[in-house]
Amino acid sequence: MANSLKGLGVSAGAVVGNVVKVNPPVPVPVAEPTPTDVAAAHTSAAEALESVAVELERRAGLAHGDGAAVLTATAMMARDPSLLTAVGSNLDNGAGPANAVDAAIREFVAMFTAAGGYLAERATDLLDVRDRAVARILGLPDPGIPVLDRPAIIVARDLAPSETAILDPSLVLALVTEGGGPTSHTAILAAQLGIPAVVHAVGVLEIAAGTEIAVDGTSGQIVIEPDPETRIRFGEKARRRAELLSQGSGPGRLADGSAVALYANIGAVADAEQAGSADVEGVGLFRTEFMFLDRSTPPSLDEQIQSYTTVLTAFGSRPVTIRTLDAGADKPLQFASQEREENPALGVRGLRLSQRREDLLSTQLEAIAAATEKTGAHTRVMAPMVATAPEAEWFASRARAVGLSTVGVMIEVPSAALRSRHVLASVDFASIGTNDLTQYVMAADRLSGELAPLLDAWQPALLELVGATRRGAADKPVGVCGEAAGDPLLALVLVGLGVTSLSMAVPKVPAVRLALSLHDRATCEAMAAAALDAPDAAQARAAALALADEELQLLL
Amino acid sequence: MSERKVTIASSVGLHARPAALFVQAATATGLPVTVGRVGEDPVDARSILGVMALGAKHGEVVVLSAEGDGADEALDSLVALLERDLDAE
Repeated sequence: MANSLKGLGVSAGAVVGNVVKVNPPVPVPVAEPTPTDVAAAHTSAAEALESVAVELERRAGLAHGDGAAVLTATAMMARDPSLLTAVGSNLDNGAGPANAVDAAIREFVAMFTAAGGYLAERATDLLDVRDRAVARILGLPDPGIPVLDRPAIIVARDLAPSETAILDPSLVLALVTEGGGPTSHTAILAAQLGIPAVVHAVGVLEIAAGTEIAVDGTSGQIVIEPDPETRIRFGEKARRRAELLSQGSGPGRLADGSAVALYANIGAVADAEQAGSADVEGVGLFRTEFMFLDRSTPPSLDEQIQSYTTVLTAFGSRPVTIRTLDAGADKPLQFASQEREENPALGVRGLRLSQRREDLLSTQLEAIAAATEKTGAHTRVMAPMVATAPEAEWFASRARAVGLSTVGVMIEVPSAALRSRHVLASVDFASIGTNDLTQYVMAADRLSGELAPLLDAWQPALLELVGATRRGAADKPVGVCGEAAGDPLLALVLVGLGVTSLSMAVPKVPAVRLALSLHDRATCEAMAAAALDAPDAAQARAAALALADEELQLLL
Repeated sequence: MSERKVTIASSVGLHARPAALFVQAATATGLPVTVGRVGEDPVDARSILGVMALGAKHGEVVVLSAEGDGADEALDSLVALLERDLDAE
């Protein structure tokens, strides 16, 4: 199998299919002549922009929800009168039509990028309009995903939201990108849609369109022109995987029958409505930031009561864990001005901000309590970024004062893990945020792609902290709500360390449920001991895998 | 020249979907409508790029202006639109 590539598997599943390549953006011609007929150039540019608007509207018609809204807005940008005016004045100044469009759009992109936040994100949509319009002016095919008429594997440098929004899961066998990382847009979307995906597959763009390739979305392996044996192996893996995943349902149970609760992570009211109908036992992490970011005044008590009521109602009698506002210097609030910090991840964030803006926390707790009373729901409330026992006590006393009976803290600072006996003394449960806990224990910035190997959740140091949290927690529940909980093999190690619930993105639940059902507690404990005994992350994983059931291989 | 002042009701401000709805409505009036902060240069209300770049936040007051036949009625309907929480609908 010399003819293979290795990328980063980000969405599980094995598949064999033919490559469809995303057309690369057309470069803006450097030496475009000044049009001899300026009026004709005006018409050509205007027609190109209008046809882009029509195409984007057509795509909006094929997309759903947020995807459709983004495309409709992008179509309006292509048809924008201010843009057309700017293009016109560039043409009058002697620019060729492709350059006139490019320069006009780059001006808006610069303005949007300078504004930051939401507007900066929209700059990608504007550049998408530019790429399409330039291709049309030059009479070249549209960049991006061609219209698929049969199932295929999409290969691209990276994918824009406007491209991923119209992906038809029934025709896209897999996504492979040369760029991107585990938290890229492509990766997140593929996981949501349940499409196998590999990112960071260096060299994949050299594969010719139409070539047959085999893609393994877990190992990240890509086999070019697979031999019959490989084809059968991939086909069999895909078939068995589908079969296994369709079998399980209901609460999480180990092979010996002991319970490990399977919860959903949600980040918006709309997510809650969707997750509420899924086969999960409740919510392990409801992020409330979305209500506070990108606005000039904090949400009112009534507005918050309404949002929490919707979320709690979606889950009926199942427990819902609400995390209070986790904002700070990296996710700044317009209404809570803070000084610029050199190290925002180590600065005034999470509960530290709540202690400085107690009014925000009081309103939030009051709203959660009111929504709980209104719905009779089983609400659990927890604080982010707790480092010490007095902080936990400070939060617990305020939550209990408004009538919230189940109070917990996130364990994401190493000090809280090491001192869990004291930190948890005043609360009822703990939830380990493995993403931040890894960042802090490894002293490696979560946002740094270069440090990705240090941020591997299999780092034995992270596992040690999970164990330490458990030992100090006595018989209080300890859950995990980071990425680690959604990895079927790592989930077993966490259970072996004594974790009582696992919370993850909903599409990850079936594989974890199955992994639990294949192993008993003694095996999980043996896996945990083996992983802790390993000198590094890769060997920790290998040691756990060596003890796993063969069936689990199909999920990895 | 007719003018109206209105407070942005959308919880996300004049962004995203509310901005698109507002621009569509302004375009549909067939009049050259502008929108801007009090005392600042306004932008073309028919331009999604201009309206997004304006970045009017929830609770901010903006001035709408229009000229021509039916300008008052057109502005009244746009005021009514901005007074609703478009994002919640």
